[in-house]
Amino acid sequence: MIATRDETLAIRHSDDVVRVRQAVRGEAIAAGLGLVDQTKIVTAASELARNTLDYGLGGTARIETFTDAPRRGVRLTFEDHGPGIADLDQALTDGFTSGSGLGLGLSGARRLSNEFTIHSVVGEGTRVMIARWK
Amino acid sequence: MDRIPILKLGSALLVSIQVDIHDQLARALEEDLSARIVATGARGVMIDISGLDVVDSFMGRMLDNIAAVSRLLDADTVVVGMRPAVAITLVELGLSLTGVKTALNVERGMALIGDGRYEALEDDRAAEGADDRDPG
Ligand SMILES: Nc1ncnc2c1ncn2[C@@H]1O[C@H](COP(=O)(O)OP(=O)(O)OP(=O)(O)O)[C@@H](O)[C@H]1O
Ligand SMILES: [Mg+2]
Repeated sequence: MIATRDETLAIRHSDDVVRVRQAVRGEAIAAGLGLVDQTKIVTAASELARNTLDYGLGGTARIETFTDAPRRGVRLTFEDHGPGIADLDQALTDGFTSGSGLGLGLSGARRLSNEFTIHSVVGEGTRVMIARWK
Repeated sequence: MDRIPILKLGSALLVSIQVDIHDQLARALEEDLSARIVATGARGVMIDISGLDVVDSFMGRMLDNIAAVSRLLDADTVVVGMRPAVAITLVELGLSLTGVKTALNVERGMALIGDGRYEALEDDRAAEGADDRDPG
């Protein structure tokens, strides 16, 4: 798949989480996703952007849009150079939080996406990629 | 800092969340609401989220917190106007908002809170110490 649109946003403050949501909404519409699919990918983006900010100490959100065959959709990559995640299984468990959250962000984002991959190295950082298509 | 306005509607307080609110605004709302519940003696808080196209776990936690604090202050919380796509997404996210009552619109929300049992609120603080009704 070749991205027809590709932009990267910085995530440094909580306003940036709002900005990422709005950008993802725009791209999901451009990709032709329906309202429920748009809402799912925007919600997942919000969760991951907040993790990037809260745990990853800031980072970036890359938003790619695919409008050509075989698939129309959006792919998002969240990347930070924070502490990384030592135990991914634990982090992906519903209800696990090392902070004061509900522990639903990562596991929920996975359920809300068609594709989900996470790569994390302790001391180096975390990269989460999700995609939603129609 | 911006604040989300809190309106009085009969015996309830009404908050309409229209914008994509950021974290500080959400926290300010929690504080403002609890202060106003005490000041007005409101028995209910209605949070209209019909303007929200996304509710994430942060916002869900905020709604749960508001409901929990309101309950301790003797007020019910009803979230009204949730969009269908938001409801579908919340369930998949795993956020069931069990601590919060919901209603389809403000009218039904009012029925849930007031049930016609409470009189309209006095002005803030006016009712304090002025209650001489027979408790029995
Ligand atoms: N980018 C990241 N860098 C380091 N640790 C992370 C990152 N993202 C998630 N984690 C870890 O994984 C845990 C689970 O994340 P998840 O988003 O599921 O829950 P939460 O953020 O704690 O709560 P919620 O998202 O429900 O508010 C976090 O508590 C944190 O310890
Ligand atoms: Mg999270």
